[in-house]
Amino acid sequence: MLLTLFGISIIIFALLRLVPGNIVDILFDSAGMVNPADKVRIEQELGLDKPLPMQYGRWIGGLLTGDLGYSYVSEKSTIDEIAPRIPVSARLASTALLFAVLIGVPLGVISAVRQNTWIDYLLRVVSLSGLSLPSFWLGLLVLMAFVATFGSIPIYTESPRTFGEAILLVVVPAATVGFRSSALIMRLTRSSMLEILRQDFVRTARAKGASAASVNYGHALRNALLPVVTVIGIEAAFLAGGLIVTETVFNIPGLARFLVESIRNRDYPIVQNLVMLIAVVVVTINFLVDMLYAALDPRIRYSD
Amino acid sequence: MARWPTIVMSSLMLVSSAAAMAQTPKQGGVMRFWHRDSPGSASIHEEATYSTNFPFMPVFNNLVIYKQDVAQNSTESIVPELATSWSWSADSKDLTFKTRSGVKWHDGKPFSANDVKCTFDKVMDKTQDKFRKNPRKAWFNNVREITVQGSDEVTFHMERPQPAILAMLASGYSPIYPCHTTAQVQRTAPIGTGPFKFVSFKQNESITLARNPDYWKPGRPYLDGLEFTIVTNRSTALLGLVAWKFDMTFPLEVPIPLVKDLKSQSAKLQCTVAPTNVSTNLIVNRDKPPFDNAEIRRAMALTIDRKAFIDILSEGAADQGGSMLPGPEGVWGMPKEMVTTMLGYDPDVGKRRAEARKIMEGLGYGPNKMLKVKVSTRNTATYRDPAVILIDHLKEIFIEGELDVVETSVWFAKIARKDYAVGLNLTGNAVDDPDQAFYENYSCGSERNVTGYCNKDLEKQFDAQSQELDVAKRKAMVWEIDRAIQNDVARPIIFHGRMATCMQPEVKGYTQMVNSSYNGYRFEDLWLDR
Repeated sequence: MLLTLFGISIIIFALLRLVPGNIVDILFDSAGMVNPADKVRIEQELGLDKPLPMQYGRWIGGLLTGDLGYSYVSEKSTIDEIAPRIPVSARLASTALLFAVLIGVPLGVISAVRQNTWIDYLLRVVSLSGLSLPSFWLGLLVLMAFVATFGSIPIYTESPRTFGEAILLVVVPAATVGFRSSALIMRLTRSSMLEILRQDFVRTARAKGASAASVNYGHALRNALLPVVTVIGIEAAFLAGGLIVTETVFNIPGLARFLVESIRNRDYPIVQNLVMLIAVVVVTINFLVDMLYAALDPRIRYSD
Repeated sequence: MARWPTIVMSSLMLVSSAAAMAQTPKQGGVMRFWHRDSPGSASIHEEATYSTNFPFMPVFNNLVIYKQDVAQNSTESIVPELATSWSWSADSKDLTFKTRSGVKWHDGKPFSANDVKCTFDKVMDKTQDKFRKNPRKAWFNNVREITVQGSDEVTFHMERPQPAILAMLASGYSPIYPCHTTAQVQRTAPIGTGPFKFVSFKQNESITLARNPDYWKPGRPYLDGLEFTIVTNRSTALLGLVAWKFDMTFPLEVPIPLVKDLKSQSAKLQCTVAPTNVSTNLIVNRDKPPFDNAEIRRAMALTIDRKAFIDILSEGAADQGGSMLPGPEGVWGMPKEMVTTMLGYDPDVGKRRAEARKIMEGLGYGPNKMLKVKVSTRNTATYRDPAVILIDHLKEIFIEGELDVVETSVWFAKIARKDYAVGLNLTGNAVDDPDQAFYENYSCGSERNVTGYCNKDLEKQFDAQSQELDVAKRKAMVWEIDRAIQNDVARPIIFHGRMATCMQPEVKGYTQMVNSSYNGYRFEDLWLDR
C-alpha cells in the first residue's frame, strides 16, 4: 500500500511539472501582462526555482510532518482549503453510492428473475439510458425540470433555509450521478444472477422446496454479488474524486471541482496533496473490497 | 439598423435608473449576485479583469470616481470621492487633491492623504512591499513623484501635462489602499474605506461583503450585504436567475441570443444590452516569417468581413470601429464616415478580397499553393467562435488556417513570449480614454502590446494627444492616430462586443455603464424594492 502511494506521489509530481505553464505564468495571465523580473521574484518566493528533486523532497517531507504547504492562489494553508470540501464531496459520493446500490441491486435481481418479461425489458431500457445519457446533459435537464415545475433550483447553498431543502440539495445531484452507477450495477447484477440461477445448487434449493425469495436472495444473490461488489468498489473509487461534471452543473464546491480548478491554476501544493488524498481513499476502498470478498465467499482467505 | 434596439435598451435603462432614483430607497436586504469565475485575488491593483472589480470595488473608495448613476464615463462625470476637490497648477503638471477628513478604514484606523501616496507609490513600484504583479504601473509612467502636504492634501507631480490622469484615477482599477497593510493582506482579506466590509472569499465558491456601518457617506449603503456566488457554468447560473436564486447576473455576461431565451422563461427579468468595451482582434506575429512581410498583414486586414462576424456572433448588435470604442457610447471613437476609410473597413468586401488575393498571388500563393498557418486562440467560446470565422475569411485569400486551441490559463504566457504566428485575441479597455488604450496596447515595449508593434513617430503623437487640454482638438488627434494604427495593421480590430446584464425587477439604483465594464460597482446606491 505504501509502495503504491509512493509511486503515485512520483507520478503526480512529475506529471504536474510536465504540463506546460506554471503557476507564475498563470498568475500573470490573469493580469494580462508578464514582467520577467517579477516572474523570477515570485518563482523564488514559491520555491519553484529550486531543482525538482529538492521540490519533491520538500513536499514529501512536509507530508510526513503534517505540513502540507499553502495554496499559491488563495495563500491559505492547504489543509484550510481542502478540509471544508471533504464533507461536501463525501456526502454527495456516499449518497450517490447508496442510491446506486439500493436501486441497482434489487432491480438487477428483479430483471434477472423476470427474464424476458415486460418488466425485464423496461429495466433494461432504463439501465441502458443510465449508461448512455451524459451526466452533464442529465444534470441540466433535471435543473430545468425543477425550475419549470417548482420554480426553484436545487443548486448548492451554504446555509439551506429548511431541513427539506438541505436534503434536496444532496439527494437531487446524488440521484443524478447515482443513476449512471445504478444502471451499471443493475446490468451486472442481472447478468451475474442469470448465470447463478442456472447453476445446480439453485435447482437443488428449488427442488427441496425453498421459497422463491429464499432461493433468489439467500442462495443466488449472495453468490452473484462478487463481481457486483468489484464494480461497486470501482464506482466508489470514481465517486471519490470524479464528480467534476455533477459538481459543476449543481455548483457544488466539492473536491473534484476544486481539483480541476487547481490543476488549471497549476496550484501544485493543492493538486499534489489532493490527489494523494484521493489515492489514499481509493487504495482504502480497494482494501475494503478485498475484505468484503472474504466475507462473501468463505473460500477466499488472505492469511496465507 | 441593428444598433437601434441596443440604443433603445440603453436609453430605457437610463430612464428606469432615473425612475429608481426618484423612488425612496429602502434600507436593508442582501443582494445576491451570480459571479462568473473565481478572481485570482481580492487585490484590484494586482488583477486585470473585472471579475475582481465587480465584487471588491464596494470595499474601497477612490480619490475620484466616475459618477455611479451616469452610464457614460467621461471627464464630465468624474466626481470627488475620498478627495473633496482637486486643482491643477498653472503649467498643468501638478494635480493637487484635498482629501476627506473623518474617514476610517474598516479596521478603525484613520484615513489620511498619506494612504494615497502609499497606494500609488506601490503601483509605481517605489515601495519595499511590492505587488506580486502590477499590470497598471504604466498608467502612471508620467507621474514623477507624489507628495503629501499635511494630512489632507496630496499632489501628483507629472513630467508633462496629462489631463487623462484623472480618468485613470477615477477607474475602478484605482482604489486607495491603506499604508498600514501589506499587499498580501489586500490579496486575501482586503481592508478599505468603502461602503461594504470584506467578510469572506472562498475560492470557486463565494464572496461575501457586509454593510460598513461607519461609512463616511451618511445613509449609505442601503443594503445590509452583498453575496457573490461563483457559478462557472453559465447555464446553471441563468437557470438560477430564472428561479430567483440570484438578483443579478455578472455584468455584461449574458450573450445577446440568450437574452430572448431568458425573457421567455421569466418575463419580469430586466436585461440591459451595452457595449463591453472589449474588442475582438486579429494578432499577427510580426517577427515570424512570412508574417514579417507587411504585404501579407495588409492582405489579412483586407479579407476580414466584420459584418459577418457581427451578424453571426451577436445578431447584428456589435459595433465596427477602430481601437477606441465607437459612439454614441464611446467618447473617443471616430465618426462612422471616417471608419470606412480605414484599411479593411470598406463595406465592399468583394473588392477588398480581390485586392488581397492579388497581393497574395504576387507573393506566390494561390489556390494550389495555400499558406498553411495555425490560428491560435484561447479555449473559451468568446475566443474560439470568432477564430473559426476568421479561419474561413483567411481561406478566401489562400491562407489555410488550422485552429490551435490553447488552454485558457496559459494563453497570455504563450502570446507574451510570441509563441504564435496568427491569433485571435480579446482586448478590454478599463477606461474609455486614449491614454490607456494607446500606451497599453500599442506603445513600444509595453507589457500588454502583444504583437510587439512599435512606431516611434506614432508614439510622439500619443504624447501630443495626451498633453492636449482642448477636448475637441484631442479627439481629432486621437482619430488620426487610431486610423494610422489600423492602416498599419498593428492589431486589426474585428468588432466591439455587446452583452447584456440581467436582473430582477426589485433591483434598484444600478446603472450599467456603457463604455467600460470596470468602473461601476461601488454599489452604495443599490437597493432592493422588497
